[in-house]
Amino acid sequence: MSYRKFLRKLFLFLLTIPVLLFIFMPILWLFSASLSTQVELFAIPPHWIPQHPTLQNYLDIIFPNLAASAVPRTFSVSLLNSFKIASSVTLICIVIGSLAAYALVRIPFKFNHTLQVGILGTRMIPEVSLVIPLFIMAAGLQLINKPIVLVITYMSFALPFAIWMMAAFFQTVPLELEDAARIDGCSRLGILLRVVMPISVPGLVSTAMFVFLLAWDEFFYALIFTSTLAAKTVPVAIAEFIGRYVVNITGMMAGGILAALPPVILALIFQRYIVSGMTAGAVKG
Amino acid sequence: MAANSSSIPKRRASLRRQDARVAWLLLIPSLAVILGVTLWPIIYTFILSFFNAPTGINQIRTFVGLGNYIDMLKDRTFWETVGRTLYFTVVSVGLELILGLAVAQLIHSHPWGWQFLRFSLIIPWAVPTIVNGAMWRWIYSADFGALNGILMQLGLIKHYVPWLTLPNTAMNLVILADIWHTMPFVALILQAALATLPEELNEAAMIDRANAWQRFWYVRLPLLRPAILVVLIVRTVEAFRVFDIVYIITSGGPAFKTITITYLTYLNTFSYGKQGTGAALSFLISIFTIMMALIFIRFLYRPEETR
Repeated sequence: MSYRKFLRKLFLFLLTIPVLLFIFMPILWLFSASLSTQVELFAIPPHWIPQHPTLQNYLDIIFPNLAASAVPRTFSVSLLNSFKIASSVTLICIVIGSLAAYALVRIPFKFNHTLQVGILGTRMIPEVSLVIPLFIMAAGLQLINKPIVLVITYMSFALPFAIWMMAAFFQTVPLELEDAARIDGCSRLGILLRVVMPISVPGLVSTAMFVFLLAWDEFFYALIFTSTLAAKTVPVAIAEFIGRYVVNITGMMAGGILAALPPVILALIFQRYIVSGMTAGAVKG
Repeated sequence: MAANSSSIPKRRASLRRQDARVAWLLLIPSLAVILGVTLWPIIYTFILSFFNAPTGINQIRTFVGLGNYIDMLKDRTFWETVGRTLYFTVVSVGLELILGLAVAQLIHSHPWGWQFLRFSLIIPWAVPTIVNGAMWRWIYSADFGALNGILMQLGLIKHYVPWLTLPNTAMNLVILADIWHTMPFVALILQAALATLPEELNEAAMIDRANAWQRFWYVRLPLLRPAILVVLIVRTVEAFRVFDIVYIITSGGPAFKTITITYLTYLNTFSYGKQGTGAALSFLISIFTIMMALIFIRFLYRPEETR
């Protein structure tokens, strides 16, 4: 019996190997390419592990004034833009979204249910269906190529998402706690700030992480609303280099790794919140 | 005393009114934002779809009624694009679901290193879509790509193949890249759902001499229905509006063979200067998306099982 059990374990273990290879091979190749020199990268057959590994590609992006070409310079600026925009979106969504989420889950009033369904419905609307009016509006207000235009437009997908996800987390706060606070004379806002929010910290962290990732990942609006360095985000920078200047491909590989690092690190740090967050953020709360 | 007790319902009603006022106050900031960036734009898009509206500021718009929609429905490119988008959606979501379910079940059987496997799944999920696309574009590269390199070293091909210029292959390669990125999401959700199933059911089925496959197919799979539904809705809605990954890997090529419906809308609006057509297309995408979500809910959602 235990011999059979061992065989079963071994068989299952052997099954995990192709899955792990599928996950890691592409990303390791990207990483390896980012440490290569241009010459090595164009070798046929490819050098899977660079023979002369170099950190130059990273150094060029991190210290752009020393870089020889313009590619790393634009890249570091777009990294900064992405950080600013994604953080602003996250902050705004958590602040105004938590107020709305609390009202929707815990205060009975007319139209409450309608609003819940409505907000879920807005999550289904694709970006492409909103982009023309948003573009006309942004052009009218002369906001094109300013970071603020992305902060505003990203609200269209980030805010309903954040409200829905926080509502799912607030729902798990025991009603008794709220009642106790009310008896002690706490106002609704007081309950939200002193009772519900502190208990929901894991949920809020999870929501913040998801919203940050969504905003960091966003490409469509960024492509349409920004083209200059003033507001260009990382995804747009990567797309432009792929399209036009194929010159500095190693820089792009390093850029890709750097662009992937913040979300991957965030996700790995908060990995235990991810699955609960995925389920909460999905269609049903 | 009597007067006091009769005032309790009144006080309760006034409390409730007060509560409703607080609720609206809390909701106002969010509702204002949603109104501005979602509700008003979608109505504007709907109205615009009835106009011949050249892209650009101060262009003259002419009312054409259903003209944009009729032109679109008569256009072969439109139907080919819809077909291609459906192909992408069905194949990528289908494979993601099957592979995701298999990986979830694998983790659930707790082989050596299952925690590491679960941990690893987070990486592809967290990699930004555009980085993922750039990575695969480089892997598929005709001149220096890793795919060519590996196939050559294994002796499977004699010369480097320009994969992304092969009409039928290009879309499938985009699908492969998409699977790498999103299969982990499916696997993680389904694995979490598997972990919540009561172990007794499995044991009961074992006593009844059900084999591993029967236990999976007849015991666990039906109980996973709600989780599968969630995954299907989220992924189908996302896949149908795919744009980023196509844009970065193939830019719609070769010869428009990987243009999806969102891509077509983008081209009409921002390259061909036909905003009215773009609006009509994008409005149809919204309708399609919402309809698909409703169909799934109708077929897969059985309230008595989720209770």
